[in-house]
Amino acid sequence: MSSTVDTIRGLAEQDYKWGFITDIDEDRVPKGLNEDIVRLISARKGEPEFMLEWRLNALRHWFRMAKEEGAPTWANLTIAPIDYQNISYYSAPKKKPQLDSLDQVDPEILRTYEKLGIPLNEQKLFSGVAVDAVFDSVSVATTFKGKLAEMGVIFCSFSEAVQKHPDLIKKYLGSVVPHTDNFYAALNAAVFTDGSFVYVPKGVRCPMELSTYFRINAAETGQFERTLIVADEGAYVSYLEGCTAPIRDENQLHAAVVELIALDNAQIKYSTVQNWYPGDKEGRGGIYNFVTKRGKCLGVNSKISWTQVETGSAITWKYPSCILQGDNSVGEFYSVALTNNRQQADTGTKMIHIGKNTRSTIVSKGISAGYGQNTYRGQVKILKSATGARNYTQCDSLLIGDRCGAHTFPYIEVRNATARMEHEASTSKIGENQLFYLRQRGLTAENAVSMIVNGFCKTVFKELPMEFAVEAQKLLGVSLEGSVG
Amino acid sequence: MALLEIQDLHASVEGHEILKGLNLTLNAGEVHSIMGPNGSGKSTLAAVLARRETYEVTRGRVLFNGKDLLEMKPEDAACEGVFLAFQYPVEIPGIGNAYFVRSAMNAIRKFHGQDELDAMDFLPLYKERMKILEMDDKLVNRSVNEGFSGGEKKRNEILQMAMLEPKLAILDETDSGLDIDALRIVAKGVNAMRGPDRAFLVITHYQRLLDYITPDFVHVLVDGKIVRSGGPELALELEDTGYGPSEADVPQALPA
Repeated sequence: MSSTVDTIRGLAEQDYKWGFITDIDEDRVPKGLNEDIVRLISARKGEPEFMLEWRLNALRHWFRMAKEEGAPTWANLTIAPIDYQNISYYSAPKKKPQLDSLDQVDPEILRTYEKLGIPLNEQKLFSGVAVDAVFDSVSVATTFKGKLAEMGVIFCSFSEAVQKHPDLIKKYLGSVVPHTDNFYAALNAAVFTDGSFVYVPKGVRCPMELSTYFRINAAETGQFERTLIVADEGAYVSYLEGCTAPIRDENQLHAAVVELIALDNAQIKYSTVQNWYPGDKEGRGGIYNFVTKRGKCLGVNSKISWTQVETGSAITWKYPSCILQGDNSVGEFYSVALTNNRQQADTGTKMIHIGKNTRSTIVSKGISAGYGQNTYRGQVKILKSATGARNYTQCDSLLIGDRCGAHTFPYIEVRNATARMEHEASTSKIGENQLFYLRQRGLTAENAVSMIVNGFCKTVFKELPMEFAVEAQKLLGVSLEGSVG
Repeated sequence: MALLEIQDLHASVEGHEILKGLNLTLNAGEVHSIMGPNGSGKSTLAAVLARRETYEVTRGRVLFNGKDLLEMKPEDAACEGVFLAFQYPVEIPGIGNAYFVRSAMNAIRKFHGQDELDAMDFLPLYKERMKILEMDDKLVNRSVNEGFSGGEKKRNEILQMAMLEPKLAILDETDSGLDIDALRIVAKGVNAMRGPDRAFLVITHYQRLLDYITPDFVHVLVDGKIVRSGGPELALELEDTGYGPSEADVPQALPA
């Protein structure tokens, strides 16, 4: 067995390819968190009064929480204390881009996205994917807006939506994740700086994948974005989210909120490939990824599907969830979470069944390598009203080497006797016999591990859009091995 | 030059010496059978030749095609042309059977500086060889060995061998757990591959397999050494007499 462990240890030499820093002028607010800072952020963004009030309200709530209970401690994570006064809550590239024209985006930023493999030039993009690019605190470019507008699809930065579509924002902002939801959601509501907004009107099937690419660049800043997606009756949208950050020695905070709303017969598919900087081998630096994602199946026959591939971040705290309110609505959660070196992840989902005949599926694949600690935490709640509800949960852990850990915390609460619940769980280890078998057929140890891990994740990868699935497979390879082309 | 030349091979597992001075020479085109009682070191020999790292070679030398086999990693030995049909084939959930074999073929082709095969070139060949082994088409996209019956797993090993076209094929108790029909099919697959450029090392407990795959040489392995060598008739004799007299009564056999 020792040789297997050595092989794996060799593979754990991780190389983070997205760790470069872009040298641009930043406009940033002073460090610290107080009402003045929130007013400053709101003013920089030229927000209407209702937004400022909403933010201040959240900030007051956050201060109360910070004083009375502090950050949540129930997760299976070891988190160094965070000094919230030592963070700058707003950083934007100085040359303020006009949102309608790519020509006016700082060429340095365009080059950054080019380097990341996300060219913002519309001609160079994969046809069929529209991109909103968020650089530090602001959205710098959104592609294919014109084409989408023809169909009535709104896809823009959150800031722009606040200006141009205040009614939709007023109606839906905080309707799924109120600022009182949790500590990080309150913080986000107070200081969030940008993000994406999507509205797909009645009966429209969004003709292309919508995608947001988040990039943290500035040092000693946090990123607090907010995404809101509304699919009106009978609408369909598939949304992709990607993220990277430079290599920095300090831990950086990322506390995002995503809210999804699906009305009658609407469908939202939300896919994430999260590749924030994970820190170095000894666990120095890396992103603290504390994210609240939740979707509400408000209408009958609506469906919300989350797919996530989490390979980055020093710490991941994230539970994309579904509130199944409409009768016959469907919630899905497919997840691959990988922790290598000193990474920690506590991730899973909540499925709250309220409507009749609501169905949910949970498939979670956790991979631990190095000293990584990987926790699945999932809640399935069947309320009294949810007659005929069904849930299927499958929760598998794969261990690589002998120093990592996998943990599973399922919570199941059933208040209606007609519910049908299934729960399957497994834990396995990449064994010397498996590796030897693959190597005996001519595959290198690296490729053998990669193949076994990809096979393990297959049921999740097949839920991802094609290009993303290929990307995810490669990313998994790199995250495990250090240097696979 | 011999294809495989084993000289005075000593090997241990977890500190126990299993092979205690084994000598054996195989030439291309020959089929050798190794027989012997449980625990005599048959599977250890197979594992050492495939370079399994949990087996430690303490003495001796093995040349494969003139190269030092004991210096090779498992994947290097595989790429040089050593194939082991496993006694207990491993399951790989989520990886399709055909995809796996093609990946292996391409790894080997890459090692030899050849172009990779795409799915279009690969699949017809794969399906044709599946037919010889009377395997169901459904197995093409099923995960490697997952949910396969014992017989299907063994046939799948032979199918992989047929695709990878090794120089030396080691069959480690491929007959164990096979019914007579499966045994016949497996033997058909092996016989189809016999040829002047390839050697087989057929490890078996029973003479039964050798009714279908006629060896050129039979060796008896007892307590980590080859104690007798002969032609196919030796297998029949063993069937009657068992592994017979103790090592001390038998003169040390010479390499074949």
